Amino acid sequence: MADAKVIPFDDDRSRGAARAARGRSTGSRRRTGEDGRPSPPSALEGGQTPLAAVPEPEPAPGADEDSGARARGVEAPSEGGAPRSDGGDDWDRRIAAGLAFLRRRITGEYEVDEFGYDAELTEQVLLSLLRPLYEKYFRVEVLGIENIPSEGGALVVANHSGTLPLDALMLQVAVHDHHPARRALRLLAADLVFVLPVVSELARKAGHTLACAEDAQRLLERGEIVGVMPEGFKGLGKPFSERYKLQRFGRGGFVSTALQAGVPIVPCSIVGAEEIYPMVGNLKTPARLLGLPYFPVTPTFPLLGPLGMLPLPTKWTIQFGEPIPMDDYPPEAVEDPMLMFNLTDQVRETIQHTLYRLLVRRRSVFF
Amino acid sequence: MAFRRGAVLTRYGGGEGRGDRHRGPPQAENAEREHPLGKVVLVTGVARQLGGRFVRRILRDPDVDRVVGVDALPPAHHLGGADFVRIDIRQPAIAGVLAEYGVDTVVHLDVSGIPLLPRGSRAAVKETNVIGTMQLLGACQKTPSVRRLVVKSSTNVYGSSPRDPAVFTETMVPKALPGGGFAKDIVEVEGYVRGFARRRPDVAVTVLRFANILGPSADTPLAEYFRLPVLPTVLGYDPRLQFVHGDDVVEVLRLASGEPRRGTLNAGTFNIAGDGVLLLSQAARRLGKPTLPLLLPAIRWTGTALRSVGVTDFSAEQIRLLTHGRVVETTQMREVFGFEPKHTTAETFADFARSHGPGLLPPEKLAHAVDRFEEVVRHG
Repeated sequence: MADAKVIPFDDDRSRGAARAARGRSTGSRRRTGEDGRPSPPSALEGGQTPLAAVPEPEPAPGADEDSGARARGVEAPSEGGAPRSDGGDDWDRRIAAGLAFLRRRITGEYEVDEFGYDAELTEQVLLSLLRPLYEKYFRVEVLGIENIPSEGGALVVANHSGTLPLDALMLQVAVHDHHPARRALRLLAADLVFVLPVVSELARKAGHTLACAEDAQRLLERGEIVGVMPEGFKGLGKPFSERYKLQRFGRGGFVSTALQAGVPIVPCSIVGAEEIYPMVGNLKTPARLLGLPYFPVTPTFPLLGPLGMLPLPTKWTIQFGEPIPMDDYPPEAVEDPMLMFNLTDQVRETIQHTLYRLLVRRRSVFF
Repeated sequence: MAFRRGAVLTRYGGGEGRGDRHRGPPQAENAEREHPLGKVVLVTGVARQLGGRFVRRILRDPDVDRVVGVDALPPAHHLGGADFVRIDIRQPAIAGVLAEYGVDTVVHLDVSGIPLLPRGSRAAVKETNVIGTMQLLGACQKTPSVRRLVVKSSTNVYGSSPRDPAVFTETMVPKALPGGGFAKDIVEVEGYVRGFARRRPDVAVTVLRFANILGPSADTPLAEYFRLPVLPTVLGYDPRLQFVHGDDVVEVLRLASGEPRRGTLNAGTFNIAGDGVLLLSQAARRLGKPTLPLLLPAIRWTGTALRSVGVTDFSAEQIRLLTHGRVVETTQMREVFGFEPKHTTAETFADFARSHGPGLLPPEKLAHAVDRFEEVVRHG
């Protein structure tokens, strides 16, 4: 059993490093993102420097393009995390960036991909809304982020728990914020997500898509990082007594998809999500009436009503294991059910063992 | 080659012996490209804008000798010198037209989601779609001169549901087959076309599944929807839409009705759509139309109300499209069919927006308002 190595990172150090890398990579990505206009890197830097002097000279109403370019250059620092300059300047830049963002949104001048992923909205708004939960509430510690490749596709396979799929969202924030290339995690979600109003709209915009082989393969072939939780509802809605016991990994379809796309599988273990809503019961009748896979009963829900929906502030750890390469198998290996089962088991065992190790290491559920 | 007469109503005769001259094996005929006869193309549904445009375009094609337009109603637009035969394709008489003109290429465009006349009934549209196709295919089967069949289909065949993959390829079958409406017509039409292709393997059959056709002169349900002053949307859903420009549609039909170019294949089933995707909210903003998000039951009621006053077709199927959206893959179109659309989805929509005039909230004005606000904030 090739066990993933536990790499104890000092919390502060890792975050600081990620932050520095983030600033760097954002700049470079903006540069390359400007496709079609092969401007030298200095052009944008040039666009950024006059900013320091911007507050006094008025922006001419006609100079739309100029302000657009300025806003684009500004986004990176204003987004948070990057070193900030003195107050007045910073606020000015934030306002400019905010208004440029607003202008693009209300005129519809932004791009979405064929899955409906709205990169701008996700990075500027949706992830920013999740970040306080991620950083302050669950205080997520991320280990082994370097196991996610900087370019090309990979399939991140994680355990699923917590009654509500907060673990998937936190995983998305983790990959985006900690990976040096700030990669977007494209999650595969159950069809229930796309049936529900509002949830379906937000899920599509955040880059999630239906958990089916076609969509997964299309994303992987485009070189995206795809996140999947093969336990599905069985993992999400399991009783509290079975916490950290991995459920069956479906039919192992994720292995054949990764193998066909020739991308590595990155096993991922999430500790802490199991305790956010300790599910002590399941009301079958309301669940059937509402068409839900389960109707959870926790010590606080539905007893305290909406207040009971507040998750417990547990301390989370997300560990990415060593990637399991898939490209040394021939494509016809997909036809070999034995191999598929073995690979599925290997991934499952890796995640399970890492979970146990992280649990032993954990001092308390909340700290 | 001098057969281009003015539009003649109900013209029969003048095609004697054409069938005989077409009897030879198709390969031999294709080999001698400069055969004296040229092609005879029959186009159905020419009373619609798209049919008219296609007829006018294909008349300019040097390979094409003669174009016969067919519809149940005389077209309001001119057909650029093509022969027009007023005949309902639901009648078996269509076989006579095929034989008399010695038609070798049939382009079936009379498959449509909305009635031609504003007050036409849905039942008549369905009859024309399904029974008309059956009659036409029956007639084609009996006419040995027919060598090529092009059918206008639609990506509606995939339906719209939350349980299907995000992007449809030609080989996918939707999880839930459509229960009614235009989508069901299309499924049935394609079924008959497949049957025909089995029975006449010598005929090259092309099925073109078009995404929502938009353009300055497109008469499709979605174009009608976007002409509403306020767009009712389904609360909590933002569907992904794909458009294809009317010019690209005409060009694809032209390519499909001719011989395949070198290295390409134009028989088979192809999705035809512009590059990229627009969300409904995005489209509404680019058009400058306010949206009115309604709960699903309310929007059904609104749809009924709108339909009863004859404003727009707001069928259950249309509502499903506006709830879950639909996106298709166009790799086959590019790599096998060898067609690159000139207009992306966004450009097609921009073109539509231009021809359409400003909405209540023009994006330029909103952008200007933001600029003004920025000025005020900066200078107090």
